[in-house]
Amino acid sequence: MRAYAGLLPAIPFLAAAVGLLFGPRFPRLVAPLAVYATGAALVLSLPIWWLARDGVVVETTRELTPTGAFPITVGTRVDGLAAVVAVMVCAVALAVQVYSTQYLHGDRRYSSYAALVSLFTAAMLTVVLSGDLIVLLIGWEVMGICSYFLIGHYWEQDWVQGAAVKAFVMTKLGDVPFLFGIFVLAADAGSFRIGDVLETAQTGQLEHATLATLLLLGGVVGKSAQFPLHSWLPDAMAGPTPISALIHAATMVAAGMYLVARLYPAFAVATATLAVLGVIAAITMVGSAVAAFAQDDIKRVLAYSTVSQLAYMGGALAVGAVGASMFHLLTHGAFKALLFLCAGAVIHVVGTNSLRALGGLRAAMPITFVTMTLGLAALVGIPPLAGFFSKEAILTAAEHVMAGEPAVEGAPLPAAWVGGLVLVAGLVTVVLTTAYCTRLWLMTFLGSRRAGVVAAVAEESGVAQPSADESAITGSQPAHTGSPAVGAAHDPPPAMSWTLVALAVPTVLLGFFGLSAILLPKWLPGGEAGAGHPALVPGLVTSLISVGAIAAIGWYVYRRWAADPVADLADAFLGRYRAVVEDGFGIDRLYNRLFVRPTYALAHAIQRTDDDVVDASVRGSGTGARALGAVLRRVQTGNVQTYLTGILVGALVVGLSVAAAAR
Amino acid sequence: MRLVYPLLVSALLFSIGVYGVLARRNAILVLMSVELMLNAVNLNLVAFDVWLGDGLRAGQVFALYIITIAAAEIGLGLAIILLVFRNRQTSDVDALRELGEYEHDRLVEEAAEAEQAIPRQAVREQAAAQ
Repeated sequence: MRAYAGLLPAIPFLAAAVGLLFGPRFPRLVAPLAVYATGAALVLSLPIWWLARDGVVVETTRELTPTGAFPITVGTRVDGLAAVVAVMVCAVALAVQVYSTQYLHGDRRYSSYAALVSLFTAAMLTVVLSGDLIVLLIGWEVMGICSYFLIGHYWEQDWVQGAAVKAFVMTKLGDVPFLFGIFVLAADAGSFRIGDVLETAQTGQLEHATLATLLLLGGVVGKSAQFPLHSWLPDAMAGPTPISALIHAATMVAAGMYLVARLYPAFAVATATLAVLGVIAAITMVGSAVAAFAQDDIKRVLAYSTVSQLAYMGGALAVGAVGASMFHLLTHGAFKALLFLCAGAVIHVVGTNSLRALGGLRAAMPITFVTMTLGLAALVGIPPLAGFFSKEAILTAAEHVMAGEPAVEGAPLPAAWVGGLVLVAGLVTVVLTTAYCTRLWLMTFLGSRRAGVVAAVAEESGVAQPSADESAITGSQPAHTGSPAVGAAHDPPPAMSWTLVALAVPTVLLGFFGLSAILLPKWLPGGEAGAGHPALVPGLVTSLISVGAIAAIGWYVYRRWAADPVADLADAFLGRYRAVVEDGFGIDRLYNRLFVRPTYALAHAIQRTDDDVVDASVRGSGTGARALGAVLRRVQTGNVQTYLTGILVGALVVGLSVAAAAR
Repeated sequence: MRLVYPLLVSALLFSIGVYGVLARRNAILVLMSVELMLNAVNLNLVAFDVWLGDGLRAGQVFALYIITIAAAEIGLGLAIILLVFRNRQTSDVDALRELGEYEHDRLVEEAAEAEQAIPRQAVREQAAAQ
């Protein structure tokens, strides 16, 4: 029974292996295999959830083979947090698999796609449940490679390949320090096992806690797309939309924050790291929310929004509110997956990603409209939807820290300015989130279709390309590609729309689970002790401020939109700065100038060195040897008598020298 | 008899042989010079045999062996020279330099030129025939 949790990653992994090996030969079995395997994982995860209910930590460990100074063990460590996150991962993965059966219906790469999603699920569950840092790292990297493959699903386009490589390289950039962070932790704790590391940290024996956690933070920043390694996530939207929902919104990018929570005792003794995390989170939160407002691609809006929401989790961790952070991770997983799948439905049906070409879909797509409205409301934080509770829990925790008291009992107390920074950034981000969500909602569903714009956009804009290419590749739904007339829009097929409805349920209800200790808090870190879990209950002051701000900004944006429903709100608000903001403040261009071009220059220099120095010396040794040989070749005249003369002279010289030596 | 007389004769014979091998151009004369050198050795062997009074007469036995082998060798050598002469209409050692480095290169070039020349010549011949 103790080793039961190990089954959980094994099932999707087997499904992935079978799918990759036999999928192409039995195309009709691919979808059932993927869906039922993920469903089985979900069912199996429920008992684990129940087992971990009272703060019990179930740990199994098995050393497969001796591996040097610190043994690498294969085993699981199930605590409350791991259990709930595992359930969340399985649930979202199931939703995405079901949704994909319709969304990628007829795609010729569907079998490898489904298998890779299963493999990703297995890797994510490994990260969530593993009791050993090295095994966790393996899962972490497998997730990265799955993300790479799935972003590059439509690899026929150059820019898709570019996005996949960019995502891979930028996350790997963070994973290098991450690896060394694991080594430092293991060196201090004398073991790779998470249990040992946490015990060492709790007894205060972690000597290089700040160094180790800062290095780990590199991997977290890369994986969770935080500033300065955030710019891969918006580009990762080149992948199919269900992938954006699963990997680039609900699970993989959240794994970074989950890891911090998992190793929180180590971070808790490193206040410097927490301060760095707080600053990163504040910058990311505000910056990406502003960038989200200027995007034209509906998926890029959601991608920047994901970056911003992940920063909320980071900010919560920085102020010591692990429970609130993980609560937001769960609610965000639900509503952001819902939002992406809704966006996928819109793209699937209408055939464009461009907000400028959308509009007036409310009547045509009622299910999508209602579910997406709920998702956006949860994202904004309108009570009583899930996002309100989790976001307010974070803001309240930041407020506590600013006032000089810990976020929850027993939590580390960072400097008050960290709390203040997170609180201010969080409140500003609430305002910005309201603005971009309202813009997205109005431009997608209200008003009328900008029919005249559609054709022009589809022709001149590269933004509209992916959806058209998606349909071109899948070959399905040809009616929805060409000219997206208003009459063509309707709700997506049942497999897709029912997934939306299913995800809308936690989007609405999950927030209430934070209110009572017996529902959710006792699974989250810091929730075991005591009857109540005040950290997850919204504080009055911050709630009033945010709700007031949401109402005011929402109304203001609506008024501006109502004045001219055809114009793009981003142009109205940002004016001539829009291009810069849409470009993500030019950070990519900056990186291009700072890192990419010098790297190319260095590569060219190395190539020239290779040609002109290394190869030249090799070639030179060849020609040199030939030149020397030419001198000796002159002796080879072809005249036998010359040779014989040489032999005679030689024999005489040898004989005479021997004779001279003998005397 | 003093040992020095046969040794002087033998040295003289050997030197003539060396001169012949190194200086004569005709391959047959080169072979004959080789015979001279061999016989100088034979003379030495016999002279030392007598001088030493060897009971087994090893020197004379060696001389007999060398005569036999020289006969075989000259047979082979003459056969080779005959073939060379048949192929090239010469037995001049100086002219047989094809294995020399530069000589070889020059010959290869000449052969290539000749090969290029042949078709042109053939075309001309055809034209003339028509």
